[in-house]
Amino acid sequence: MPSKHSVGVSMPVKKYVHFADLNARQRARQLLDEGSFHELLGPFDRLMSPWLTQQDIVSQSDDGVVIAQGCIDGKPTVIAAIEGGFQGGSLGEVAGAKIAGALELALEDNLAGIPTAAVLILETGGVRLQEANLGLAAIAEIQSAIVALREHQPVIGIITGPVGCFGGMSIAAGLCSYLLMTREGRLGLNGPQVIEQEAGIEEYNAQDKPFIWGISGGLQRYQTGFVDACTGEDLDAVREAVITVRQQGIPEHHRSDRWEHFLALLHTLDPAETMDAAVAKAMLTRTSAEDDTATGAQS
Amino acid sequence: MIPSETPTAMTNRGQCWFDALSTEMRSIPTPVASLQAAEGELGAHPCHLLLVKPDPDNLYPRARQGEVGLLEGWGLAQHLNTLIEADATQFETTASTNSRITRRTIVALVDVPSQAYGRREEALGIHQALAAAAGAYARARQAGHPVIALLVGKAMSGAFLAHGYQANAILALNDPGVLIHAMGKAAAARITQRSEEDLDRLAATIPPMAYDLKSYASLGLLHELLDVDNADQPSDQDVRQVKHALEAAQAHIMAQQDRGLSHRLAGKNRHASREVRAQLRAQWRTP
Repeated sequence: MPSKHSVGVSMPVKKYVHFADLNARQRARQLLDEGSFHELLGPFDRLMSPWLTQQDIVSQSDDGVVIAQGCIDGKPTVIAAIEGGFQGGSLGEVAGAKIAGALELALEDNLAGIPTAAVLILETGGVRLQEANLGLAAIAEIQSAIVALREHQPVIGIITGPVGCFGGMSIAAGLCSYLLMTREGRLGLNGPQVIEQEAGIEEYNAQDKPFIWGISGGLQRYQTGFVDACTGEDLDAVREAVITVRQQGIPEHHRSDRWEHFLALLHTLDPAETMDAAVAKAMLTRTSAEDDTATGAQS
Repeated sequence: MIPSETPTAMTNRGQCWFDALSTEMRSIPTPVASLQAAEGELGAHPCHLLLVKPDPDNLYPRARQGEVGLLEGWGLAQHLNTLIEADATQFETTASTNSRITRRTIVALVDVPSQAYGRREEALGIHQALAAAAGAYARARQAGHPVIALLVGKAMSGAFLAHGYQANAILALNDPGVLIHAMGKAAAARITQRSEEDLDRLAATIPPMAYDLKSYASLGLLHELLDVDNADQPSDQDVRQVKHALEAAQAHIMAQQDRGLSHRLAGKNRHASREVRAQLRAQWRTP
């Protein structure tokens, strides 16, 4: 609001907004074109987990997922934003069904000639163990819906932290048409504690933060070909990146279809070498330049 | 593999059932040694049987006991996509002249103890390898291949997502050795800071948390539970019965128009999954 002391015409100063500091609802609202945000199954619908209260766990009125329709750059888009602050962004029956259902409706739009794309804001540890098998089933349905929708319009994943994207939803991330990360984001299948428990501390030390960030952070994931961009941390940078990849349309080769590239690289493993970020980078960039030229895949 | 929960030697049920079901099939090469494939007929329909199995010489040590790891994920993707492309080409060139040409049925034989947990796996992007496999199975189903998952042992978490969970129909042996879950009980107890006894107590009233097949069946995700005499060493009668069930599932799938997974929503303990979809649809805006 202009101050009464201001003189003449003042230019609005664009405020720096750190994307990762926003909650799921703010993220969805701010990524969409101004005034276009329409939330579905919002907090007032109070569709909550039927399983958490039975375990004396406080449930949340949106079950930790915000679904919103709107436009990005004028084009119809549905956003599913996971709230990392509720149960670690974990997916139970309702949260998972909201994402799968939204993607299924976006597919129906496309089959009816409406080019709705999807943006998934992934802030999740994966399956909510208190609803274990229904979380896992929902994630399988989300994966199915991504594979169907990405034939029509891009499905764009965003991982900015602080929780990162792990478990079954990291597999869903790997199915997206495009993946965007920031340096603060992390992407991996198994959470550090679980790996340490299952494989032993000699294999994986969950306290070794530099190592974990080194292999799963946004910059490394970008440099080793697992995401399409490592963007700045601010809202504008993230939004610009979404618009850019959306304009590229359906990728010629989805990342999940690059078996030839990855199988060839995986066979170059030196079993005697201790794996770290530098070793992974050397391995995964070894022949990628030639491969990309040959297949026309993303850089 | 969760060593603390499986002190006995590996039963290797996957291999047993693969051998029993493929006696009249021919062996098909696969991209990696931990995958095994065979092809023949199911009923009168061409069928491709696919197994993820232990490979003691796996270049990646954390995937030597039947886990789905880097090579398994990408290997499944390559194998399945090659099959999908081959049938798509054949379908396009001959379907108009020969109505009997159809896309092969794919049977995923599931006995996977877990995804591979390890340092190399994370650094080299195991999530992407599993995405490739899950995506390939989803593509196969959506392209019109009847895809059936036959669960004869463990079907755990990420491993099951990559190998089996995208099927049109999931069949499981009705046997305590068949385990479908997001996480083993010991690990789940540690992560949720509960005791295993607490988990058992909760599971008694919360079916999605339970580790038994009856609770799982109440979620509506299974096509059929199959009673067999010996899940470890199937008898001839067991094999005949399972083949018959696979044929029936195949016929059921081929009679459906829908290539999606909406048929999984009918379970008595999936009320919320249906309700969410109904309300989303009611609130969805179409320009």
